[in-house]
Amino acid sequence: MNQGVKVTFQKHLENVEMNVDFIAPSHGITAIFGRSGAGKTSIVNAVSGLLSPDTGKIVVNGRTVFDSTQGTNIAVEKRNLGYVFQEPRLFPHYTVQGNLNYGVREKDDEYFNSIVELLSLEPLLSRYPKGLSGGEKQRVAIGRALLSKPDLLLMDEPLASLDLPRKREVMPFLEMLSKKVKIPILYVSHSLSEILRLADHLIVIDQGKVVSDGKIEDVWSSKVMRPWQSFSEQSTLFSATVSKHNLEYGLTQLQFVEGLTFWVQQVDAEVGSTVRLQIRANDVSIALDKNEKSSIRNILPARIAGIEYQHYGDNKKSVSVKLDLNQGCYLWATITKWALDDLKLEEGMQVFAQIKGVSVSQRDIAIANL
Amino acid sequence: MLSDYLLSDYMLSDYELTALLLSLKVAAYAVVWLLPVGVILGWVLARKEFVGKSVLDSLIHLPLVLPPVVIGYLLLISMGRRGVIGSWLYDWFGVSFSFSWRGAVLACVVVSLPLMVRAIRLSVESIDIKLEQAAKTLGASPIKVFFTITLPLTLPGVITGVMLAFARSLGEFGATISFVSNIPAETQTIPLAMFTFLETPGEEMAAARLCIISIVIALLSLLTSEWVSRRVRRRLGVSQ
Repeated sequence: MNQGVKVTFQKHLENVEMNVDFIAPSHGITAIFGRSGAGKTSIVNAVSGLLSPDTGKIVVNGRTVFDSTQGTNIAVEKRNLGYVFQEPRLFPHYTVQGNLNYGVREKDDEYFNSIVELLSLEPLLSRYPKGLSGGEKQRVAIGRALLSKPDLLLMDEPLASLDLPRKREVMPFLEMLSKKVKIPILYVSHSLSEILRLADHLIVIDQGKVVSDGKIEDVWSSKVMRPWQSFSEQSTLFSATVSKHNLEYGLTQLQFVEGLTFWVQQVDAEVGSTVRLQIRANDVSIALDKNEKSSIRNILPARIAGIEYQHYGDNKKSVSVKLDLNQGCYLWATITKWALDDLKLEEGMQVFAQIKGVSVSQRDIAIANL
Repeated sequence: MLSDYLLSDYMLSDYELTALLLSLKVAAYAVVWLLPVGVILGWVLARKEFVGKSVLDSLIHLPLVLPPVVIGYLLLISMGRRGVIGSWLYDWFGVSFSFSWRGAVLACVVVSLPLMVRAIRLSVESIDIKLEQAAKTLGASPIKVFFTITLPLTLPGVITGVMLAFARSLGEFGATISFVSNIPAETQTIPLAMFTFLETPGEEMAAARLCIISIVIALLSLLTSEWVSRRVRRRLGVSQ
């Protein structure tokens, strides 16, 4: 069983003062998110050994790879980490098979075949990197890193160098990867949509420091993420289980917690599987009583847990209302100040949250690996 | 008979053959000695920073700008039987460069060194250091990185270096004649043999024959190196 990653370090860099402290859990994708220049890449470089911190301690899977107090600084090649860079960095003089096998220590045909299958590399094996598309190259790079059987996989914006169609081509492989691979993955990104689909945990970095760290559902709705979510983008993330499908109406019922269910557009997932869904705050409205004669299918009782006033520019104003659906299960709703005053909403009030089932569709849902 | 006369006329004479084989032997030995030296120096100059790097760089390039006769003279006083290093080498290892084909090889090594080092250095500099980093993250030791990534990717530069050094060695004249003299079958390569004919009245025809031989081997080595480097580049996935 992998023991995860503990990272604490300080490093003086030219344009940013790094002071990082976080723990990445033993499985799943931990996304490191932040503006460019915030020091995201420096973090994975410090973990990989390509960058030596000034002070601190880095422990990967129970093994101390860097400790300034002990003078420990294990060389890059001895850290047993996989690193997928922004650009594929394939060796031009090796075939795809040669690239894949470069980091292999002990031959393991079964594992090789499983990775080749996972990333659909079979037809590429005998080719040279030169003739491959960007997406294919990046898949080979991912396979190459995995085949060295690392304790930790580092990915530094692996999709950033690809155009949109190539991104769409590689994304499903990354989603599959997070489910199949039993090692922690540190995934650097500045793309919200990638994080939404891939990450289980989220670490937000700003000016070299961790400003938020936790399960993506928690971090996503927190204040830290506001600057990245524009007026229409504020949303809540949920993990839910598929409880049944209604084929006649093309709908799927999801369950957040016991007794709290929700209808959405039909989802391609088996009953019992876990999905992550995003509910945009703009699609949530608030009613004082339960209006049965409504086209809205999802009406959930809730308590107002908080009210925040938002200002976007000079003339865009709105109110974000935090609704407590069930102990610890929060939903954000964006309403107008007018509606707030009219309904006399205040903290602690019992209300009903209304969500149009038609507004949540497959693209807001990621099949998560929980 | 007419046919006999023509045949012998087109064949190389023993004298010419000896000079040709000696030229090839000297150039080949020079290249073999230059290869490891060139790779190490080229890599060091491309990748390492150290005190005195520009001095080393200048020293390596010196033979390119010095008159060959000066190099021959310097070799004579340092590596000759009574030279500073030469006498020591002779006492300890019984190796002597004076008036021997080995001296001709040494002269070729010195004058070709800058060409070899330059070609390899440029090639090493053009390698994306990120590939070496990637190899390290895959668990490759520095030695493995060098032999599996750096060296293979330097190959186009090595081939260019070999070709230049070989050609320079075939054409070497000044340093050789002043260091190891002009001894038939020992140090008399094609350029030296040609010089001898030019000095001898009535031997213009013989000089012209050697001239043609020179052109032929120069062309052959150029074509071979072109062919090899095209194959290597294709193999490396470099389009050129």
